[in-house]
Amino acid sequence: MTDVRSLIEPRARRVAAYWGGLGLLAWDVGRNAWLPRRYLPFVLAEFDGMGIRSLVVASTAAMFTGMVFALQSAVYLSRFGADLYVGPLVGLSVLRELGPVLTAILVGGKVASGITAELGSMKVTEQIDALRALGVNYVKRLIVPRILAALFVFPLLTVLADFIGLVGGMLIAVYERKIDLYLYWNTIFYWVVIRDLVTGVGKSFFFGVVVTLIGAYNGLAMTGGTEGLGRATTATVVQVSLAVIVVDFFLTKLFLLL
Amino acid sequence: MVDAAVELQGLWKGFDGQVVLRGLDLELPRHATLSVMGGSGSGKTVLLRLVAGLIKPDRGRVRVLGVDATPLREEALLPLRRRMGFVFQGAALFDSLTVYENVAYPLREHTRLPEVEVADRVHRLLARVGLHDVDQKLPAELSGGMKKRVGIARALALEPELVLYDEPTAGLDPANARLITELVEGLKTEGGSETAMVVTHDLEFARAVSDLIAVLIDGRIAMVGPPDAVLHSDRRDVHAFLAGERS
Repeated sequence: MTDVRSLIEPRARRVAAYWGGLGLLAWDVGRNAWLPRRYLPFVLAEFDGMGIRSLVVASTAAMFTGMVFALQSAVYLSRFGADLYVGPLVGLSVLRELGPVLTAILVGGKVASGITAELGSMKVTEQIDALRALGVNYVKRLIVPRILAALFVFPLLTVLADFIGLVGGMLIAVYERKIDLYLYWNTIFYWVVIRDLVTGVGKSFFFGVVVTLIGAYNGLAMTGGTEGLGRATTATVVQVSLAVIVVDFFLTKLFLLL
Repeated sequence: MVDAAVELQGLWKGFDGQVVLRGLDLELPRHATLSVMGGSGSGKTVLLRLVAGLIKPDRGRVRVLGVDATPLREEALLPLRRRMGFVFQGAALFDSLTVYENVAYPLREHTRLPEVEVADRVHRLLARVGLHDVDQKLPAELSGGMKKRVGIARALALEPELVLYDEPTAGLDPANARLITELVEGLKTEGGSETAMVVTHDLEFARAVSDLIAVLIDGRIAMVGPPDAVLHSDRRDVHAFLAGERS
């Protein structure tokens, strides 16, 4: 009994400390969300780091996801003579799920691990303490600009990924399955409603915040020098992927209720 | 009553079950330089970080520049920290910023000075620490001694009432250590850091710059007094520590 307890208790403490720390950081970000005007360049710099430099990753993933989904669905729909529904099926899947989730996992993993590495190395070299010692609010300076940027970048990348995913589906539908181009788009516009787009884009706001918070917290909470930094960066990629999938489930339930 | 810049009362601090400070009491009067000496791992840096509010004590009270810092949260501590300068052992310069930008950082962050005035102040600060033509260098391009001097210039940028130095001569060759010693001495006499708290294990440095020396042994201040009184103390623990330092 004691062995089981001694095995579980430290792990439970670590898990509680992690979630508690993440919650406290989220609370700190909320309290410091209002930035002075001179911090605007930091938000814009994050647009570049998070958004522009993630365009290739997000676009490539979306294009091939749309193509694969069109290929798969066309094969099965043709068994029922329902090939013409390839467009709506691709549209609903990409807009509601694949666009936001894949973008959040791929771009989120890249962005969050970068944040962990940067903040972690700043911690190791006492640069975060130097900011604090200079009377600078490090949450406002280092974390809030990233969260604000993520609130814009993730939805914008999701909209782009949605569009590219639909185009990818179109390429397969039209050139491989010989479905009429106008039929593909017409069926999408008929069956897919604006709510489907809003649901996916709505999720991406939450994904952006969750991904950035995990990256920032793992960087700030890392211990163990450069070796610890490597561990923290790896943990960030895994945690971001899991968090996006878990949060997606609850957001899907929530959006279905609304 | 003496107007103290720093008052530490009954400070306890531990990490992962290991107690570092055990009810430490210490007072730094204004316009004085106090060196806290102690062996490696004795808690000197912990003490300095407690004064700056970078960490919280487990028990006890920290009063700095007339403000009880003990119950203050991070945001409430920021105005107090702007009245202090902290010189880190490893300089802790922002590695993506140039030397100029590092020293200008607190001025740009906390003042509304026009850039011309910022530039003037930065150049005066760099000249004061004996650095010229390094404005556009990145910290990675500097030697250890130069980094420390940039760290001192940055800490002095807001003309602090209290300067905290963490092992300013550690890891430096004798020539650079002497340079830093002369610099800290000069800042004291010429103004700029009239009230200072230094943690060091460098006896020569402490003797040169200090009005008071405190010896930290077993988590408490074993003795505090003028350099001569401490260095010639017949207290066994203090004597043993100093003898160990010399050996």
